Amino acid sequence: MTELTTFWHLWVSAIVIGSMIACGILLTLTLKGQKYNEETDQTTGHSFDGIDELDNPMPKWWLWFFWSTIIFGVLYIGVYGIGGWTGFSDWSSHGQWEREMAKAEEKYQPYYDKLNTMSVEELATDKDALATGQRLFASNCAVCHGSTATGALGFPNLTDSDWLYGGSSDAIKQTITNGRTGIMPVGGLGGEKTASERSDIAAHVLSLSGRVGAGDAAKGKALFASSCAACHGGDGKGNQLMGAPNLTDNIWLYGGSEKQIEFTIQHGRGGVMPAWNEILGEDKIHVLSGYVYSLSQNQ
Amino acid sequence: MSTAIEQPNYNYKVVKYFAIMAVVWGVVGMSIGVLIASQLVWPELNFDIQYLTFSRLRPLHTNTVIFAFGGCALFATAYYVVQRTCQARIFSDSLAMFTFWGWQAVIVAAAITLPMGLTSTKEYAELEWPIDILIEVVWISFAIVFFGTIAKRNQPHIYVANWFFGAFIITIAILHTINSLAIPVSMWKSYSIYAGTIDAMVQWWYGHNAVGFFLTAGFLGIMYYFIPKQAERPVYSYRLSIVHFWALISIYVWAGAHHLHYSALPDWAQSAGMVMSLILLAPSWGGMINGMMTLSGAWHKLRTDPILRFLVVSLSFYGMSTFEGPMMAIKTVNALSHNTDWTIGHVHSGALGWVAMVSFGAIYNLLPVVLGKKQGEMYSIKLINIHFWLATLGTVLYICAMWVNGIMQGLMWRAVNADGTLTYSFVESLEASYPGYFVRVVGGALFLAGMLIMAYNTFKTVRGAHAEQAKLAQA
Repeated sequence: MTELTTFWHLWVSAIVIGSMIACGILLTLTLKGQKYNEETDQTTGHSFDGIDELDNPMPKWWLWFFWSTIIFGVLYIGVYGIGGWTGFSDWSSHGQWEREMAKAEEKYQPYYDKLNTMSVEELATDKDALATGQRLFASNCAVCHGSTATGALGFPNLTDSDWLYGGSSDAIKQTITNGRTGIMPVGGLGGEKTASERSDIAAHVLSLSGRVGAGDAAKGKALFASSCAACHGGDGKGNQLMGAPNLTDNIWLYGGSEKQIEFTIQHGRGGVMPAWNEILGEDKIHVLSGYVYSLSQNQ
Repeated sequence: MSTAIEQPNYNYKVVKYFAIMAVVWGVVGMSIGVLIASQLVWPELNFDIQYLTFSRLRPLHTNTVIFAFGGCALFATAYYVVQRTCQARIFSDSLAMFTFWGWQAVIVAAAITLPMGLTSTKEYAELEWPIDILIEVVWISFAIVFFGTIAKRNQPHIYVANWFFGAFIITIAILHTINSLAIPVSMWKSYSIYAGTIDAMVQWWYGHNAVGFFLTAGFLGIMYYFIPKQAERPVYSYRLSIVHFWALISIYVWAGAHHLHYSALPDWAQSAGMVMSLILLAPSWGGMINGMMTLSGAWHKLRTDPILRFLVVSLSFYGMSTFEGPMMAIKTVNALSHNTDWTIGHVHSGALGWVAMVSFGAIYNLLPVVLGKKQGEMYSIKLINIHFWLATLGTVLYICAMWVNGIMQGLMWRAVNADGTLTYSFVESLEASYPGYFVRVVGGALFLAGMLIMAYNTFKTVRGAHAEQAKLAQA
């Protein structure tokens, strides 16, 4: 981070404090120059396009009001500082945040300590833990996976038993903690494919879930073996070590129409599940894992 | 016509052009506002067309109402007031006309590029660099015309309205230049020369002073001429105007940091922003007091004169929003209000209540004059009255809806359960906001209806005046 130099600190301080002093001087001088101290019908003698200006004094309540805001300003800056000087209170927004976090920890930690003694599987059947987990999910996960956790195009459904990276309690926890990055390269191994090759591969992929495509599925099968099988497996059942989806179950992350499959082969796909370790911390991830684990247990 | 001219031969043509375009752009800008407010209630109203999405129309709305409607009103009034109070014809007819066509070109360019998604992403400064350069040229021409007219004045003194117009013109030139500095990478893409926190600070130094100088100082210039004119009363206190002018322009420039409370901006800069915002309260109110007290002895006119009503109610909203602003700049209050609809309500109590209403009053006053009639002699006074009530009711509905929404959102977002989790997810606060969004659409639609009535009244007034002139020419 670039720190401001002493010069700039002084510069800003001088302007802020100088403006306040200047306002004070302006008020004092104008007040001294006032000809009338009560309301008057005397004008200044200037007239503009028929508009005269009365020489009325400034309202007293307004003057006091102005002075009090200036005094408040001086005091506030004394307490909170200016230009690198942190003031008499030594307050900082970071310090405020730390105090609030410490207070929260003191208040809520016993609850999480209690839940920490339970396994993810146990949490998945505990009423309180599920309620907490659901609220964590609503505030942090629902934006992609949906408030009912059924996912959307590109975002996996968490309520079925089709898992990209595994549905065990450990795998779920690992996914939430460190995130996942799923990459389907353009054209699979060996790079780009021609339109007819894409059509052939799509025909083969469709056949894995009992459907028929426009391309030559036999040719597609050969191409699949050389370009796709490394990740999705020879039988197309996927590989949870790499997050390669199972292509035989008719559950599609990026859509299962022929067109969408061809599009995926043509352009590749990139999926990111962010890491929540830094944001939620271990305790909350533990409870959240219990909730996510519970979602697919009622199948 | 060969009739004797009692006053200097003023250039009213450019004033007329700007005044009429202020009305036209007012209709356009407010219509877009009502559309995007409706999209927040019925999202399908973007018709799945990229050019009509909220994200693209929102900057078009703000640019049109601030710079097209507000800008044309400011050009019209500044040219009108500076000529009349200096007793001198405008400095250069052709340069003044250039500012008219140049400014219209800026607006049209904005209306084309913003829906296309071409944006610098800086709020209220979204226009890309070629348009920024055009703005710069037009603005410098504006400054030359304005100060040139001041220089050739036939008056020993410079009227207070012109101080405000002058401060507004100079400061906007500086703000626009510094905030828009960018490195172009193509015809329609550029990157700001600032980075990170400094970029944010420069942006909000600009953003807040767009409010402070464009929407406050400029419109105080309007207030200082048209309130005494319409009320036919002298300005209340010359001394008050001196103090509040200098205090306002020197303090306002330092208040912008309150837009960045609890951000990466250094704490002391946030503190300075908050303190300056609070000290700004008294100077802001100085203008309100001076305007209101100018009416003492003329209050009875409010019963019969809807133009004066516009001007007085605009001052009330000005007083209210300049109180609300410093309150929202207090860190503790801001912690609740930031990012909520309260901010939008605050902006609109200033924009609808103050800026638009004082402009309506001024245009109703000056348009007949530049058409060769007496001040305020519009086609229908009754329609002005209807416009007044629609505008007032619309503004009140709008800001009340946003207050309720804003405070509710702020409270919902910070509500915490016994286990430390948030009580409400974001979507729940959005769902709870729907009634407020609906009321806002109603308020906005009423305001727009008033604007349409003004457009009709303007059209009839202009056509009537042209017909009269044609008759005179024949006789």
